[in-house]
Amino acid sequence: MICELTTKEIHQRLIKKEFSALELCQAYLEKIQEKDKEISAFLTVSKNSALSQAKKVDEMIFQGREISALSGIPMAVKDNILVEDVRCTAGSKILENYIAPYDAQVVKKLKEKEVVILGKTNLDEFAMGSSTENSAFGSTRNPHDLTRVPGGTSGGSAAAVAANLCSFALGSDTGGSIRQPASFCGVVGLKPTYGAVSRFGLIAFASSLDQIGPLTKTVEDARIVFEAISGKDPLDSTSVEINLKSEILSLKSIKIGVPKEYFIKGMDPEVEKVIKAAIKKYEEMGAKIEEVSLPHTEYALPCYYVIVPSEASANLARYDGIKYGYSKISNLKSQISNLLDVYLKSRGEGLGAEVRRRIMLGTYALSAGYYEAYYLRAQKVRTLIRKDFDRAFEKVDAIFTPVSPTPAFKLGEKIDDPLTMYLSDIFTVSVNLAGLPALSLPVGKARKLPVGLQIIGKPFEENKILEIGEIFEKLWKT
Amino acid sequence: MITKKEVQHIAKLARLGLTEKEIEKYQKELSSILDYIEKLKEVDVSGVEPTSHSIVTENVMRNDESEKPELKSKKLLELAPETKNGYLKTKSIL
Repeated sequence: MICELTTKEIHQRLIKKEFSALELCQAYLEKIQEKDKEISAFLTVSKNSALSQAKKVDEMIFQGREISALSGIPMAVKDNILVEDVRCTAGSKILENYIAPYDAQVVKKLKEKEVVILGKTNLDEFAMGSSTENSAFGSTRNPHDLTRVPGGTSGGSAAAVAANLCSFALGSDTGGSIRQPASFCGVVGLKPTYGAVSRFGLIAFASSLDQIGPLTKTVEDARIVFEAISGKDPLDSTSVEINLKSEILSLKSIKIGVPKEYFIKGMDPEVEKVIKAAIKKYEEMGAKIEEVSLPHTEYALPCYYVIVPSEASANLARYDGIKYGYSKISNLKSQISNLLDVYLKSRGEGLGAEVRRRIMLGTYALSAGYYEAYYLRAQKVRTLIRKDFDRAFEKVDAIFTPVSPTPAFKLGEKIDDPLTMYLSDIFTVSVNLAGLPALSLPVGKARKLPVGLQIIGKPFEENKILEIGEIFEKLWKT
Repeated sequence: MITKKEVQHIAKLARLGLTEKEIEKYQKELSSILDYIEKLKEVDVSGVEPTSHSIVTENVMRNDESEKPELKSKKLLELAPETKNGYLKTKSIL
């Protein structure tokens, strides 16, 4: 029971001393031990440091000191975000024994608020995938149906929140990696505006798209976590200070755009029904619903699959078998004599199939003679996609779409066909290319599987999309 | 369809050691993804400026003064597979 509480509810009960932070932490650790055998959300559980942090919070409460809204809250961190002195694998064999030498900025900020870090969660290797099946350490399972994927790449974080193995979790989103697993697991996920949250200490994948954000049980909790982690950081030059003042919205004054290009053939009819019913509810409450057009939508996915592998191929050049990570440099049997062989062997064996596929794709797209045809062209198409949104946002306050065309699919269903797997990100990648904030909100079920509504906002208008989400939550959540 | 030779060339540029079987597999997979990406050629991009970042970014300047490093180099060196006298050790290039 205690593990089902929202972050806000836990805070209120800690203050009232209904239970101690230590009791709370122990309850979660027991739950992880009991339930994570079947879900496999965690790659590392930091039992001792979690317990000692919980004791510190109890001490503060005992002394009558004021505690933050996040003090003593048991939470989890996606395993591509550094927590000092804790193993950080990025789901890859090449970082299997990598111990993070410092804290990511978001982790530092959360530690200052005295959160209790329970451990690190599973992900697709280097956050490349859509199902968490690309992890070198095995797949995570969807708590709603153990034969299905939790989505990805923050599948461990989403499954952990859904199975009550933590109160909230951090994820990262490059093309849908917070929103799609949130949708598949029936939790709330927020992908902030590019620049709203520091990326310092996030293992780099595609640097012009990556953002860290929360996965939570409620929109209210997402706001609490977002406020704690956002802001300018001198260590990330792309981060900016944002104004978080919350405005009280009246639904009657809100215009919501629904892009016709997002209701396509091939979409699961039950998902479409759930999404349309949610939009109808907003309309009944007085929101104005308008059809909008984002004409370059069909080019978003091919554009994404040029830009992402290109940036990834540069970012992942750092795994060289020399500075850290899996290495064949000192393997006597492998008879390696020159530097090139150290690279070829360490990277060839240390990196998984999808990661190597994307590195090669990016290397090809950036190589002599192809740069203009692929990378430069994709960057120009990116401009057109961004402008589509600019134009739509001249007329509306927010845009509603499905998060994914289907609910959670079966384990193994798409793993052998990279292109089919890529298509599950079709509704989420545009948001990253345009750098916009977007919320994944659970709004119903299709064949007993959760379905998420995507609420897209203007840059740095997290507040507005959170408020729109909160309205749904307050009125219709039972 | 890209050729086997091209796959080998890309793999070498990317410093990825591949087996013969993997080269064949990637030849097929990369070709089908590249075919899909061809779709971008339908778009008229004449006169369109490229976007590298979605938000307007400016160069961030600071004085050229060293800040006290929080990190101990020892901690970083401990992560390396081979070191010698406080340096990373590598194989010879030639």
